[in-house]
Amino acid sequence: MLSIENIKKTFNHGTVNEVRALRSVSLHIGDGDFVCVLGTNGSGKSTLLNAVAGTFFVDEGTIVLNRTDITKWSEHKRARYIGRVFQNPFTGTAPNMSIRENLALAMKRGKKRGFGWGLPPALINRFKQMVMPLNMKLEDRLENPIGKLSGGQRQALTLLMATALKPDLLLLDEHTAALDPKTAAKVIDLTQQLISKDKLTTLMVTHSMQQAVNLGDRIIMMHQGKIVYDFKGDDKKRLKVNDLLSLFDELRRKDNIDPAVASLLEEYYI
Amino acid sequence: MSLLIGSTTIGLILALLALGIFISFRIFSFPDITAEGSFTFGAATASALMVAGVNPLVACLAAFVAGMIAGASTGVIHTRFGINPLLAGILVMTALYSINLHVMGKSNLPLLSEVTVFSWIENFSVSVSGAGDKMMIIGWEVTTKDVWLLLFCFFGIVIFCLILWWFFKTNIGTAMRATGDNAQMIRALGVNTKKLIITGIAISNGFVALSGALLAQYQGFADVQMGLGMMVWGLASVIIGEALINDNSVGFIIAGAVVGSVLFRLLVAIALRWGLNPNDLKIITALFVFIALIIPGLMKNKPKLTFKRKSHAIN
Repeated sequence: MLSIENIKKTFNHGTVNEVRALRSVSLHIGDGDFVCVLGTNGSGKSTLLNAVAGTFFVDEGTIVLNRTDITKWSEHKRARYIGRVFQNPFTGTAPNMSIRENLALAMKRGKKRGFGWGLPPALINRFKQMVMPLNMKLEDRLENPIGKLSGGQRQALTLLMATALKPDLLLLDEHTAALDPKTAAKVIDLTQQLISKDKLTTLMVTHSMQQAVNLGDRIIMMHQGKIVYDFKGDDKKRLKVNDLLSLFDELRRKDNIDPAVASLLEEYYI
Repeated sequence: MSLLIGSTTIGLILALLALGIFISFRIFSFPDITAEGSFTFGAATASALMVAGVNPLVACLAAFVAGMIAGASTGVIHTRFGINPLLAGILVMTALYSINLHVMGKSNLPLLSEVTVFSWIENFSVSVSGAGDKMMIIGWEVTTKDVWLLLFCFFGIVIFCLILWWFFKTNIGTAMRATGDNAQMIRALGVNTKKLIITGIAISNGFVALSGALLAQYQGFADVQMGLGMMVWGLASVIIGEALINDNSVGFIIAGAVVGSVLFRLLVAIALRWGLNPNDLKIITALFVFIALIIPGLMKNKPKLTFKRKSHAIN
């Protein structure tokens, strides 16, 4: 399904601000897999997602989606296969356009946009059916600008929009991080429903270890631009929040020691 | 009364300019100064062609295409080379000054003896009601010719407005509005925003150039200076329209731009009649736009000076 092979990305190359955001990351995700990506701040988890989405081109390595090499594809071209929800609830919707126009835009994701009517009456009824299960009373406010809605409502709609046409790959970039806990829980419920309904292949970046433990069937942990842990199958099912916390602690302790000292210590202790 | 009719006609011609500015400023949030150059470019292209004996309609079409090329250049400079929209516009506008002089061959090109769209309408008026015919409108005596000119301009503008309204309701037009509203979002939905910005700014300048071409024909000459201050003029029209018609659907904003353009032209005509020094016209226009831009900020008690549209829907 998705095969990432040795991708590398360095930002601000050759300056004092040089950041090696991805240091040779490889990842293979099967059809219908739901993968959670965890990691410390600056570990490269969002960079990994953006590399797949095409926000920038990687310096090295290849990204293959559905046996198609998309490494050199532009962001908008990749959108044909990829649905996305962003961390910022304002990024996923056009605030000054109505709810139904936003939904109509999503119904054309990756398709040719010609001179056909942008908002056919037949679609409007379908949109009502689509937003009804959200229980946000949006079905009567479809002509209102989306910018007037709360962050949670906008994020729920962005989810609907990203999955309206079944994407080959769904990318969720900490999409509940900016929401209050109650709203976040609602959006996570919706995420789970939509993903299991269509068996969507999903890559979800999250800060919440609870989410990672509860959701999905695989956890990847990133640190300093590399994948350091990868739990699948029964390993993933056995994993608890405390286990993840101790792994994070371990990574943090390693960081505190100078690399030279670390290798010295290794010689003594291993 | 004939002053009013003349001003309304010019207001309708300049409404095309306002529609162009509406596309760049409001749809794309793109402060596009190219308009100053492409307004003259349209006038120059159409005039030079008509002097060469080309059919006036073909000349107008050529002006539209010329404007589109100018706009596309700005769009390409901005999107492909990452140059700030204002600077991209200034570059093309400056280059167009030389191009306009080359196209016209001199700084002023008279059209009084040429066949123009408006000389057609005058001939039509003469054939219908005879030369120098006068008619009464609410107790005022006006020449029939002026009324015909006004009617033609009015219906012409209505047609352009309908086309534009339809366009911004199609899939591609909706995607354009989304590009101006949230480019990241529409890219994630598979739209090549660079391409749409180039196309949109091209269409915008096509309208501006057509407006210039028609104004040159109406006033009987093209002048290399005629584009000066036209962007602010168009912006003033759009702002007046938005203030008058407090509705955010595309159709109403388009209609508002036309009404705003006519009203603004009428206000200026009346002010000039009352003894306003024509030399002060540009500073008054600039002050007007300045005040219109800061009022929303002052009312919200946070002075925020932006080109961006107000934070409500265009749907």
